[in-house]
Amino acid sequence: MATLTKPAPRATQPWTTRLQALLRRPYRDYIHPYLGGFLLGLVLFAAFFLTGNGLGASGGLNRYIVWVEDLFVPNHVDNTPYLLKMAGGDKDPLDDWVVMVVAGAMVGGFTGGWWNGRLKIETNKGPQISVRTRWAMAFLGGALMGYGARMARGCTSGLALSGGAVLSTGAWAFMLAVFGGAYLLAYFVRKLWL
Amino acid sequence: MTFPLPELQATSAANPWSYLVFIVIGFAFGYVLEISGFGNSRKLAAQFYFTELTVLKVMFGAIITAMVLIFIAVGLGWLDYGQLYVNTTYLGPMIVGGLIMGVGFIVGGFCPGTSLVGMVTGKLDALFFVLGALVGIFAFGETEWMFDIWWQTSGYLGRFTLMDWTGQPIGVVVTAVVAMALFMFWGAEQLERQFGQRDLAREPRARMAGAGALLAAAVAVIVIGSPSNTEKYARIAPEKDAILAQRAVQIIPAELFHTMYDDGLELIMLDVRTEADFNLFHLRGANHVPLEDVAALGPELLAHTAPNRVIVVMSNDEADATEAWKALSAEAVPNVYILEGGINNWLSFFGKAEPTLQLLPTAVPVENLRFAFAAALGDRYDSSAPSLIQYESLTYTPKIVLQIQRDKTGGGCG
Repeated sequence: MATLTKPAPRATQPWTTRLQALLRRPYRDYIHPYLGGFLLGLVLFAAFFLTGNGLGASGGLNRYIVWVEDLFVPNHVDNTPYLLKMAGGDKDPLDDWVVMVVAGAMVGGFTGGWWNGRLKIETNKGPQISVRTRWAMAFLGGALMGYGARMARGCTSGLALSGGAVLSTGAWAFMLAVFGGAYLLAYFVRKLWL
Repeated sequence: MTFPLPELQATSAANPWSYLVFIVIGFAFGYVLEISGFGNSRKLAAQFYFTELTVLKVMFGAIITAMVLIFIAVGLGWLDYGQLYVNTTYLGPMIVGGLIMGVGFIVGGFCPGTSLVGMVTGKLDALFFVLGALVGIFAFGETEWMFDIWWQTSGYLGRFTLMDWTGQPIGVVVTAVVAMALFMFWGAEQLERQFGQRDLAREPRARMAGAGALLAAAVAVIVIGSPSNTEKYARIAPEKDAILAQRAVQIIPAELFHTMYDDGLELIMLDVRTEADFNLFHLRGANHVPLEDVAALGPELLAHTAPNRVIVVMSNDEADATEAWKALSAEAVPNVYILEGGINNWLSFFGKAEPTLQLLPTAVPVENLRFAFAAALGDRYDSSAPSLIQYESLTYTPKIVLQIQRDKTGGGCG
């Protein structure tokens, strides 16, 4: 006759601890930049080969914003030519390949960080500035980046990388302008980083 | 089969797995950005203080890797360059926008793609950057009307490649870009040694082999060359010949006539007959292009596309026009139609009321004019541009269907 014994109690940990254990993986260093470039080139080639499109980021973010705008002020969207193209009438701004690429990139980035033990809540900044300054500067830089990317019809991914690989003249001019702008200003904002 | 696959050029509810393909591409994109260190703003900003030129190495490494693979595939005829989205050139907005982005890059420490990767791996500065980028993108959408004309036209060059700019063949441009990138990598390593105290002796030897392989691949692009127009057509022949056999693209004179007067369409008429025949008689607005020069028009027609553009090719009968149609199809030019029965068919319908036109009494060989003209009046005959009042009601089954073309802002970051 089997004796009814209670099973030994499992080590009960709060779920947060268990989640942390799952997320914490051994830290691995970043790969060599040339290897990174080669792998990124393969991804870019696969994108062009299969779909005829390259990669993108800011265009996807743009469509998320227009989607929100279309929820609240559909009339305004229908009356603004720039927004109209993405969400005019019954067009769904989220039904676009670049939206899928951006969603995939976030999952991919998270996976890369998790697998290599690099998920960490932190603020990367230069030693001379406070965390708050860094946040403010990140916000400001982001706003400039977002504005400039839409003006140039593409960001570093969608224009410089994708257009550069298929030899668009505009993409190469854009690349020179981005690096030019950053190098011109780098000296004056060195306190942010050095 | 040629790539890119038509069903994957945009997401569509008809192909639910097209969404999956783009998500997988995005996943690989985000993963590679993360493992290259692009989620870390200090690593990105170091580029501009010469201590660590990871950004340059990864970016240009990716560009030249993808570029040589793309153009080898194009050269071998596996991939159709005409169907790849080449970012339309607008020099003005691209340079000004680029400068603004450069400032944003050094102040904010990310670019839009990398900030997403930073954000999902817990970097709070990346989170603030993404919030800022959303605000900036929103602001652009709301202010674009203030400089709409400038934004839509400044430095517009269409689909303008480095080959168009330099006049060099693809292989030479590809090799020059690879050589330039390798030189920049060398320069970057020297800078890292100077400013970042990097010990170059500890760098992997394999990078030299990689550089050699890239250069060899670029030279291979020169050796392979570009597929000829005939070779390009041979790859798509089964599909296109079926369209011709179904007579889906041969429009009767009445439909061309209505198209001529349709203000909603941008009609381009290409007349591929001999110059003598063209001078004897042609349709008003038609352009004379010798048959052997038609294929060369492909890049020009692709450079400046319009969604409402219809191209009609014509010859005396149909044979030469069909050849012209094949040549343009091989160059991936959309919305091309053939005038059914050619100029002879046009004249036997619209030339009836023209007293000076005489049908030749004897049979003529194919692709010759079947009419005699009193003078070489070119397009000054009534039947060159028949009156809309006279031929108001013509009934036919229209065949012109505008293919939805890729929006000019549809690719890239659009």
